Amino acid sequence: MSVLTRTPAPQGRTRISRLQGKARYAPTLATVGLFLAMFAAGAIMYPGFLSGQVFLNLLIDNTFLIVLAVGMTFVILTGGIDLSVGSVVALSMMIAAALLQAGWNPIAVIALVLLTGATFGLLMGLVIQVFEIQPFIVTLAGLFLARGLCYVISVDSITVTDPFFTAMAQARIPLTGNLFIAPGVVIALVVVAIAFYVLHQTRFGRTVYAIGGGESSALLMGLAVPRTKVLVYGISGLCSAIAGILFSFYSLSGYSLAATGLELDAIAAVVVGGTLLTGGYGYVLGSLAGVLILGIVQTFISYEGTLSSWWTRIVIGALLLAFILLQKLFSRKVKLT
Amino acid sequence: MNALLKHRLTWPVLALVLLLVLNQLFRSDFLSVRVQDGHLYGSLIDILRNGAPTILIALGMTLVIASRGIDLSVGAVAAIAGAVSCTYIYNSPDPTSLRTAAIGVSIAVVAGLALGLWNGFLVAVIGIQPIIATLVLMTAGRGLAQLVTDGQIISVSNDPYQAIGAGFFLGLPISILIAVAAFAVAGLLTRRTALGTLIEAVGINPVASRLAGLNARTITWTVYVFSGLCAAIAGLMISSNVTAADANNAGLYIEMDAILAVVIGGTSLAGGRYSLVGTLVGALIIQTLTTTVYTLGIPPEVTLVFKALVVIIVCLLQSSKARTLLGKRKRPLTEQAEVKVAV
Repeated sequence: MSVLTRTPAPQGRTRISRLQGKARYAPTLATVGLFLAMFAAGAIMYPGFLSGQVFLNLLIDNTFLIVLAVGMTFVILTGGIDLSVGSVVALSMMIAAALLQAGWNPIAVIALVLLTGATFGLLMGLVIQVFEIQPFIVTLAGLFLARGLCYVISVDSITVTDPFFTAMAQARIPLTGNLFIAPGVVIALVVVAIAFYVLHQTRFGRTVYAIGGGESSALLMGLAVPRTKVLVYGISGLCSAIAGILFSFYSLSGYSLAATGLELDAIAAVVVGGTLLTGGYGYVLGSLAGVLILGIVQTFISYEGTLSSWWTRIVIGALLLAFILLQKLFSRKVKLT
Repeated sequence: MNALLKHRLTWPVLALVLLLVLNQLFRSDFLSVRVQDGHLYGSLIDILRNGAPTILIALGMTLVIASRGIDLSVGAVAAIAGAVSCTYIYNSPDPTSLRTAAIGVSIAVVAGLALGLWNGFLVAVIGIQPIIATLVLMTAGRGLAQLVTDGQIISVSNDPYQAIGAGFFLGLPISILIAVAAFAVAGLLTRRTALGTLIEAVGINPVASRLAGLNARTITWTVYVFSGLCAAIAGLMISSNVTAADANNAGLYIEMDAILAVVIGGTSLAGGRYSLVGTLVGALIIQTLTTTVYTLGIPPEVTLVFKALVVIIVCLLQSSKARTLLGKRKRPLTEQAEVKVAV
């Protein structure tokens, strides 16, 4: 059987597929629209909200969530799920903090943490693929394992005093005017750009979408389905490790209980960003918008002094529900056309 | 003998016995149960008492999983149940009376039923995947619980309320009696009537069962309501045992423990096959494992690592693919696909 080397040219598109093509952007456009509406509402309600720095702070405060959401997008696009990301973030922070405390070179520490995260993800992917166990239960085991390993390293919080990490935590890159960003933002945006390139310009990316669209069809097309399915979990693990390093830059410590429930935020960001949970549809830029929406919810609640922090969780839950219902409507429409 | 080896409860029970023996080896008084102040005391009783909430939640989870669903929100529902009952008792004019406790418990039970109705509505009526539908409440639920308690840990001192989680009746902990009663009721309802078979039918193929004349929607809805009810009672036990409602930490990760117990007990995560007794054994294994870690002097936080290993091992044992890999090697899927295409 011959292997498809390139996708057929789009010249023979029918009217139906063009309709689907437009509908495909609907959830992501809804996300971007919602973000703009929320930002505008904030600008009207609160003086000082409409500034570039408020927007940039959204990025600065959520760098790790952006990277996590990127990894999660890959996994969800194949129709899987990764519940272990929050724990892997905590584990990465603990490994980094413990090794830095032991006097390791920061670059070596970062390299080792990234390697650990990627390996952890690949191993989970292998178990999922080789033994045909549901991703949900395997990554649940991963959640337990990574969180438990945090406690094995140390039950107490470890402070990071390494000069490189503190420099990264305090560094600000000035932009035009009085605006500035943190180095973490650059890293996060580079990760988004690479993910965008990989998903849309490489054969690997097309395979990811194909698996989400229909695994057996992808297999029959001769695509490297098993390898790709293992690799997406590796990517998610790597992204979790990067997020762990970014979180370390942000918090300058390692703590076993850090990042609890972060997997829910990451999944919520991806869903709010318009990626279909059944796989096959979605964009990494949508996930970025999803993270920004979660961030702006938090900003709203801190601007509105009377609202307590737990409203964040309730609002995120409500947003998640709203977008799931929207997806439901959207997928029905696609079936009709 | 062969039939005994193949019975699906053999391995879980064997694992439980092994764990108990291991504990006995390390602490010679482990298996002894003594009577003190008319109550039974001992490590075994502790395992039962501390395991009661997990047993209850796992019971509800078993039926949900049997219908090919999953309920991730049970921990949050437990937290909400504890929060509403404790907040009611705390704010009532007579916070120590039996009447107040009864009303508090009723409110929590109604809340659990309502949240179960909500989950069931999303899954059965709207048709959202169970894992995602219950994720909504898992995310928002702890926020709701904090909203109820206003972010505080609400302490109550109400003797009848405290009895639910910490009291004794006829020498046995009340919490375990409640859990056993719930098991008996669920067992009778699902195994002495056709209900259990109907749930399994929905789990195997919802569409086919609907076409066969089953009211699949109502059955699916019912299992989520039952799961919500179990979670609410478990939440009452947890808050009653510590005489306080902690919206953040009550029932944290209990959904994971419950799913683990169900899987260990031989219920298939793919739906369509369940064992209530297996779940009971599974939940006891989880609780004994936690106790073992204490007995062996390992830091309790490391329990998570052991749980992870148990999940992986149990899943590998259940996976038909792992069995074939160990035994005769099956042809890889790609090869089969190629053959089909060639034809």
